[in-house]
Amino acid sequence: MVKKEEHPLKKVCIICAKGSIEDVYATLIMANGAVMEGIETNLFFTFFGLDAITKKQMKKLHTATVGNPAMRMPGGLPFPTVLGLIPGVEAGVSAMMKSQMEKLDIPPVDEFLEMITAGGGEIYACKLAMDMFKLKKEDLSEHVKDVLTVGQFYELSGGENTQIIFT
Amino acid sequence: MEQKNYAGIAIEINEEGYMVNMDQWNKDVAVELAKEEDIELTDKHFEVLEYIRNKVKSGDTLTIRAIGKSGIVDIKGFYTLFPGGPLKKATKIAGVSKPSSCV
Repeated sequence: MVKKEEHPLKKVCIICAKGSIEDVYATLIMANGAVMEGIETNLFFTFFGLDAITKKQMKKLHTATVGNPAMRMPGGLPFPTVLGLIPGVEAGVSAMMKSQMEKLDIPPVDEFLEMITAGGGEIYACKLAMDMFKLKKEDLSEHVKDVLTVGQFYELSGGENTQIIFT
Repeated sequence: MEQKNYAGIAIEINEEGYMVNMDQWNKDVAVELAKEEDIELTDKHFEVLEYIRNKVKSGDTLTIRAIGKSGIVDIKGFYTLFPGGPLKKATKIAGVSKPSSCV
């Protein structure tokens, strides 16, 4: 049994800087979980994490099949890195990950963003990374509230019992 | 295990205030449970509560997403009905155990 927390979390600010399926979903699941608990939630996407909120990319997230030592074959055998080099393998593995998540009622990225904002969570993009990748606000999902500088992000992160989480 | 009186029935609850036996539940009990969460129940609330109870009876996992697709209420509406922790509060008022799902 979880002990009753004396100083419950009031706000979380979660930063996502990577664009693989597992990085993005770790962020979205933590954010949605916070919203569900009634915790004020801000999400900040930067660098490759921007893929998760870019309309063109959000449905095409992949899991790396090269350079991922935790990768296994179905059944648990090690996944030889050279296999990951074959065209289509990464896409296949990624599709499999997504279908496994769907079975657990974990939604696709766009629907997840909608769930988070429906519960009052707020989603932001990093200005510097947007400039770097030549992205405009209209390239982003309509669930993105604003494009922020680092300073503005820290302003959002003020207040008692706030945590910043970098996934 | 504690017992607490709701609507004239001695109801068994756990440490977090969730009912242990969902068969002890009725609408009057729900009204009193909801009061503890500062929620005044409407017909819409009861529709959601019935949906949750049916899901739990049939052994399904409860998720916010599934409730949003139930046709009774969308996700935003669910958060409005049970502000600040809808799944936790709705299950408590529905007399079922606390959901163990992360989504």
